[in-house]
Amino acid sequence: MLSVQAVRKSFDRFMAVQEADLEVAKGQVVAVIGPNGAGKSTLFKLITGHLKPDGGKIFFDGEDIAGLPPHTICRKGISLSFQIVNLFNRLSVFDNVQVAVLSRLRETFRLMAPARNFAVKETMEILDAVGLSQVANRTSGALSHGEQKVLEIAIALGNAPKLLILDEPTAGMSPEETCATIGLINRLTSELGITILLCEHDMELVFSVAHKIMVMQQGISIAQGTPEEVRLNKRVQEAYLGS
Amino acid sequence: MTNSFRWKSAVSAVVCAVVLLCAPLFLSRFYIYFLALILVTGLLATSLNLVLGFGGMYQFHHAVFYGIGAYTLALMLTKTDLPRFLGFVAAPVVGALLAVIIGVICVRLSKLYFGMLQLSLGSLVWALVFRWYSFTGGDDGIHGVPMPEAISSITGSYYFTVIVSGVCLYLMFRVVNSPFGRIFQAIRDNPERSEGIGINVKYHQLVGQALAGFFAGVAGSLFVAVEGSVFPDLLFWTLSLEILIMCLLGGWYTFLGPMLGAAIIVTLRTVVGVYTEYWTMVLAIILMLLIFFLPEGVLGYVQKVLRTEGAGTLREDKQC
Repeated sequence: MLSVQAVRKSFDRFMAVQEADLEVAKGQVVAVIGPNGAGKSTLFKLITGHLKPDGGKIFFDGEDIAGLPPHTICRKGISLSFQIVNLFNRLSVFDNVQVAVLSRLRETFRLMAPARNFAVKETMEILDAVGLSQVANRTSGALSHGEQKVLEIAIALGNAPKLLILDEPTAGMSPEETCATIGLINRLTSELGITILLCEHDMELVFSVAHKIMVMQQGISIAQGTPEEVRLNKRVQEAYLGS
Repeated sequence: MTNSFRWKSAVSAVVCAVVLLCAPLFLSRFYIYFLALILVTGLLATSLNLVLGFGGMYQFHHAVFYGIGAYTLALMLTKTDLPRFLGFVAAPVVGALLAVIIGVICVRLSKLYFGMLQLSLGSLVWALVFRWYSFTGGDDGIHGVPMPEAISSITGSYYFTVIVSGVCLYLMFRVVNSPFGRIFQAIRDNPERSEGIGINVKYHQLVGQALAGFFAGVAGSLFVAVEGSVFPDLLFWTLSLEILIMCLLGGWYTFLGPMLGAAIIVTLRTVVGVYTEYWTMVLAIILMLLIFFLPEGVLGYVQKVLRTEGAGTLREDKQC
């Protein structure tokens, strides 16, 4: 479904991503792990178009999407939930998800019809699924950090993505919230059949949800395989697991 | 709750309209003219706020579209024999066109850079109008623009202003609350994320620009109807600054804030202007107080107070 081949990106001569390769098959949960600064977030932003790669190819459903603008890539079915909370702060929780649904339904140029009549059912379904329907009318900027992280995912779901990219979905969450998020990730793949690509520092989470793991170090993907293969990989043990 | 709120706003809108329409029966000519001026300026400020408060675009030179609308009407009425109503149609259309032309050049930049480039392009248009004596009358402007008979009297032009600005306000209200309005506010809050959810940000911003330019053009044509003349000051940057302050003063995240701001500033200018030439000094002091004490504007402050009170009662309800 997604195939990243030898993608490169540098900022002012600093090679953030030197040579990243990644294969994601449909219906899988794939995790990217690696120490801070390994280039995981940069890789995700290269896939979603928020950054333009310096070289390499990114195929999604057989089509090269490297370097396309983010709104075009989103329309093809890739949604990103950001690492640092990145919401529409003055809008209500409901509106935050509704704009994503409106964008997917291509209703964004309706000028005279009241927005309260559009995409209400779809939006409420998503809020119900992630457990935010209680706070639907609150301003998103006033939510707790954990709720904001969940809203991040809810917005990404508003686009009904085929591939959902989660950049550290549980960072800063309480243990209960983390647990609920793991449940959510499992339901998204099993019930809705969404393919998920995520990166996470919480190894317990990674090894419990991922079908496949890719390890990055200093901008290079050094290993790719099932959790078991990765756990036993010599290079990975030296570089990352530290034993 | 939202339903009763909708009822209340509909009722207050009707009451306002009735009061405004009855005003000529008991107010003197001066106050009628004064009210018309507030409405025209308020309409202009509201059109600016469409892109400023709801779109998050630093539109530093909005008066250009107002001035161009006014000049379009004045030139068509004085220099051509075309049917007069065409001038009133052309004013907003030309305003929107100019907004698109300037917009295409500016939207690729963000925030402050957008504003600065717009300021310079707008000033270019002003210089053109200011210098082109044979066509625009240069710094003299055009005086005694012949109006259609129905709106040539003070009351006639007043009624025309009330009705047209009422319709425009209603249309803008619809736009702000439409799916497009939602998306526009999302872009204001977070352009990067908006791109991420599949929105073509620049394209939406351009449409917003066109709409704001359109309504500014309407306001410009109303100014000609009320005043009967045009002059280059209508598209000078100081007017842009003034309406910017109106938006901030009234509350730029509220729909009616700019209209309130316009009422306050036009009144101040008229009242304080009687006593001193330096009324802008008073304006500066107001602006400073505003930044320190009411960063969300007068109406924004009122809404905030109402909301916290509302939240208070809600919590009590839950406890019961």
